[in-house]
Amino acid sequence: MEKSKISIRDLNLYFEKQHILKNVNIEIPENQVTVILGPSGCGKTTLMKTLNRLVDLHDNARFSGSILFEGIDILHPATDLVHIRQKMGLLSQRPTPLPMSIFGNVAYGLKLKGIRHKKNLAPLVEKYLREANLWEEVKDRLNDPAIRLSIGQQQRLCLARGLAVNPEIILADEPTSALDPISARIIENQFVELKKDYTIVLVTHVLRQARRIADYVVFMYLGDVVEQGPAEAFFNNPTQEKTKEYLGGAFN
Amino acid sequence: MMWWRKFEERLFYVLMIFSTASLVILLLVILLSIFLKGVPYLSWEMVSQTPKGGYYFGREGGILNAIVGSLYLSAGAVFLALVFSLPLALAMNIHMRTYKRTLHVIRFVLDLLWGIPSIVYGAFGFTLMIYLGIKASLLAGIITVAIFILPIMVRAMDEVMKNVPVTLLESAFSLGSTRTEVAFKVMLRQTLPGIITAVLLAFGRGIGDVASVLFTTGYTDNIPTSLFQQTATLPLAVFFQLGSPIPEVQNRAYAAAVILTLIILIISIATRLLGRGYNKTRIN
Repeated sequence: MEKSKISIRDLNLYFEKQHILKNVNIEIPENQVTVILGPSGCGKTTLMKTLNRLVDLHDNARFSGSILFEGIDILHPATDLVHIRQKMGLLSQRPTPLPMSIFGNVAYGLKLKGIRHKKNLAPLVEKYLREANLWEEVKDRLNDPAIRLSIGQQQRLCLARGLAVNPEIILADEPTSALDPISARIIENQFVELKKDYTIVLVTHVLRQARRIADYVVFMYLGDVVEQGPAEAFFNNPTQEKTKEYLGGAFN
Repeated sequence: MMWWRKFEERLFYVLMIFSTASLVILLLVILLSIFLKGVPYLSWEMVSQTPKGGYYFGREGGILNAIVGSLYLSAGAVFLALVFSLPLALAMNIHMRTYKRTLHVIRFVLDLLWGIPSIVYGAFGFTLMIYLGIKASLLAGIITVAIFILPIMVRAMDEVMKNVPVTLLESAFSLGSTRTEVAFKVMLRQTLPGIITAVLLAFGRGIGDVASVLFTTGYTDNIPTSLFQQTATLPLAVFFQLGSPIPEVQNRAYAAAVILTLIILIISIATRLLGRGYNKTRIN
């Protein structure tokens, strides 16, 4: 049994009266790609946003249970959110570059950590752009606005920006859904590469993508975790009826 | 029924052309009449001298006192209002995001304040002046105008900040930014053109208003040299001098109207240009 990086225990979450996450229990293994699968509206994105407490930005989210990470309960009111969020890089459905240059986007997180001078920043920016497989494409125009990059490049920029904060976990919420197939493949390959150093949690509703890169799979349906387990077992011998239907393409 | 639909189409087309044309013509007539009356009296003397022999009876001199007074007053009021409205707008859109009901109340109150006629602010400023024990002065005018333009400024900024995509804020937060960092490093950058527009909009409203300064600034032929002196303003220069029986004084009123209009035109155009061109890194 691998070491688990994050333990989600008895997590319940409500928006107003709506019960979004129902008694969720997940152990996310370290240095693996954990894929959270499920049809739209099953609570995948909300689960993701609960991990780094972005749900706090949305009104009337109430939650109970605990999410343990390095001995800290992420859901505890006194938890230092800045600290938690710097341990988790987030990649969202559509790339969201900050209103700055390409360089500025990657340097942003570094500056928050107190690295100021350009001569200290430059080598780090290069390092993370290389890690995200973007350096060769942008090295001559680092001062261009980030918004001028293609969508696929923007998403890799967001990855570089997230890596620059030096997280231990990468949260990716359908990161390839707005991308063309080639850019999507680049991101996927990057994840497989990155899992040596990071724990990756990937939300997707693309089954084929899950089959390609998942090590551990969590299948959610309408806020419930229906089934979870190592990818091999999950795809070849699902135990639940719902999972079989889903893998058979019954609903999407 | 086809003839009816065609007729209807034609009718509304004509109506729209008519109303658009009337508006444009009305605007041109207003501008033209101000300029026809005022431009002949625009001279170097008019913009470089204060009135000689009293603004109401003196035939000589210009309206420099009102031009400088207006600029002092509006700049002061805009600065004062900005100090309060920028933090409020940022707080409303970052710190208070999840307090929907509170935000609703704040926005409603600001909209009410926006709608209150400026004479009421003038009266309030007057009361405040007496309460604080300050005389009619540049300072009293600045405070009154600042209160008057505050809701305009806050709501104008708020409208721009409200439309910033939540995903942008989420990604800034997910990198471990504090709320202050999100406010000043991301929100401010993203909305800077809108903030400049809000400031200039408020400046335009402030410089053009007569009722809020009627009781609070007093009026003088001199250029104020301290905050506690009385000051002239352009709208008051129009108001007071137009009432004079002396033609030369009336001409100064028209000249003042032209200069006021020009200042506001320049500001409007600058607002547009800045709103368009500034900050290419902004996310659309």
